[in-house]
Amino acid sequence: MSAQEYAFTVLAVVGGLSAIAVVTARNVVHAALYLVVTLLSVGGVYLLLGAEFVAWVQILIYVGAIVILFLFGLMLTKAPIGRDTLDNQQRWLGALVGVGVFAGLVFLIQEAFPVQDAERFETFHATTDAVGESIFRNYVLPFEAVSFLLLAALIGAIVLARKDDAS
Amino acid sequence: MDWVGWAILVVRVAIVFFGLLISVMLYIWMERKVIADMQTRVGPLRAGPRGVLITLADGIKLFFKEGITPTAADHPVYAVAPILAMFPGFLAFCVIPFGTSVTLFGREIPFQLADLNIGILWILAMTSLSVYGVVLAGWSSGSNYPLLGAVRSSAQMISYEVGMGLALVAVLMYSGTLRMSELIAAQDTVWNVIPQFPAFVVFLIGAIAETNRPPFDLAEAESELVAGFHTEYSGIKFAMFYLGEYVSTVTVAAVAVTLFLGGWRGWWPFDGAVAWIGPLLWFVLKITAVIYVLILVRATLPRMRYDRLMNFGWKVLIPFGLVWVMITGVVVVLPQEYGNRGRYIAGAVIVGAAALATLVAPLFSHRPASEAEPGGQPEGREVRA
Repeated sequence: MSAQEYAFTVLAVVGGLSAIAVVTARNVVHAALYLVVTLLSVGGVYLLLGAEFVAWVQILIYVGAIVILFLFGLMLTKAPIGRDTLDNQQRWLGALVGVGVFAGLVFLIQEAFPVQDAERFETFHATTDAVGESIFRNYVLPFEAVSFLLLAALIGAIVLARKDDAS
Repeated sequence: MDWVGWAILVVRVAIVFFGLLISVMLYIWMERKVIADMQTRVGPLRAGPRGVLITLADGIKLFFKEGITPTAADHPVYAVAPILAMFPGFLAFCVIPFGTSVTLFGREIPFQLADLNIGILWILAMTSLSVYGVVLAGWSSGSNYPLLGAVRSSAQMISYEVGMGLALVAVLMYSGTLRMSELIAAQDTVWNVIPQFPAFVVFLIGAIAETNRPPFDLAEAESELVAGFHTEYSGIKFAMFYLGEYVSTVTVAAVAVTLFLGGWRGWWPFDGAVAWIGPLLWFVLKITAVIYVLILVRATLPRMRYDRLMNFGWKVLIPFGLVWVMITGVVVVLPQEYGNRGRYIAGAVIVGAAALATLVAPLFSHRPASEAEPGGQPEGREVRA
């Protein structure tokens, strides 16, 4: 195995174990911290693939903003943090959905990027230029659709959270 | 890399680490002295000449103090939080060029740990990680005041990170690169602070909020929250928070110098074999100047009220940053598309937009009393966007 493969193995094991820990943790804040480890190892995998820009954006957005918002929400809403109040009876349903999504993703990724083509990506370097070009030139419509969706979610959240007086 | 290369790398890392520690020591002393001057006190006096070793003495004292862990604390997180508060400042400094380069043992050694091609992004990512130390410290203490401090600071840091990020976006659009060495090369003739002055102001305000310095130190407002997120910390763990705060202050000043003030560029007073000393001195001088400004801000302005802080961040800083990014985009793209004529069009558009803004702004500046928020706090003198 090359050094890259060793690194990938370590990242994959750490990321996978902490992903399991996210759902088995007895404490919501600990679960959020395990999520941080998982997201960091995903960022590490991006780095291994030579996609520096994507890797740091992953850390900036997911670790630096989204998980912080989770923690903020947990603290602000006084959500129950212990195990007992958190539990529910849908564990098997959850597992089923998880396995289904995993299988679907494996199938889709295999269809789109078959393993025997892996060499094709070896010389590819996702520079900032290349990422910008592909988002704002080739895929500008999906990009706009996603931003529209996020904007709608944002406004929806404000509408739900805001309490207007009758006046 | 052969073993000489590895050795040089280790030495470089060590020099940056200890250099940062020593400079933090000196800047803490400087801050205490300047504030003492402004309050007509003498400040630290006993340890070393003019009290310059006061930080060292404080550090040794804290090191030997008993570390107390509250019973209700979440132990692993409680222990990790100070480390998380300390390391992002050091890591962010990795991409800062603090001089040109020096040739030793037949190798050219740059005065910069890593010249990443996404340098600005690295700095943003590291500052975004610095929230964790504060938030986790507040939560894991198992105590109310720290928790309130953590909630405040997470909201504050996320909000001001956006404003700061927008300032950085404007700079990178103007310079056309994310790499720190190229950013400095782009400031060959004119420092970015002149064409990008609004971005500089936005960045400094955001940086003060990000490092939890007064007047934005709501996370540790001692008149309201005892000491905020680090109320329950003592001994060496408290020292790590203290150190982390000042390391990020120095790092933020270094980022400001690199992005806006031409980095290590200056007027060379040294030549020949010691030519590398000049840039290094300029860099230290500029950082000291920026930190001096930060200290003056701290010593002059009272702490902001929390709702005003959030209002200012969201209703003034972020819209202003967005508009400035747009203006920068116009100024950068139009000359590319239309040559010299584009430059005049851009100028005319901006002057026209500014005139329109001054005409329209008064319409939004006063909110009628009926719109005041239900909380009942006086909203009359609210921020004017």
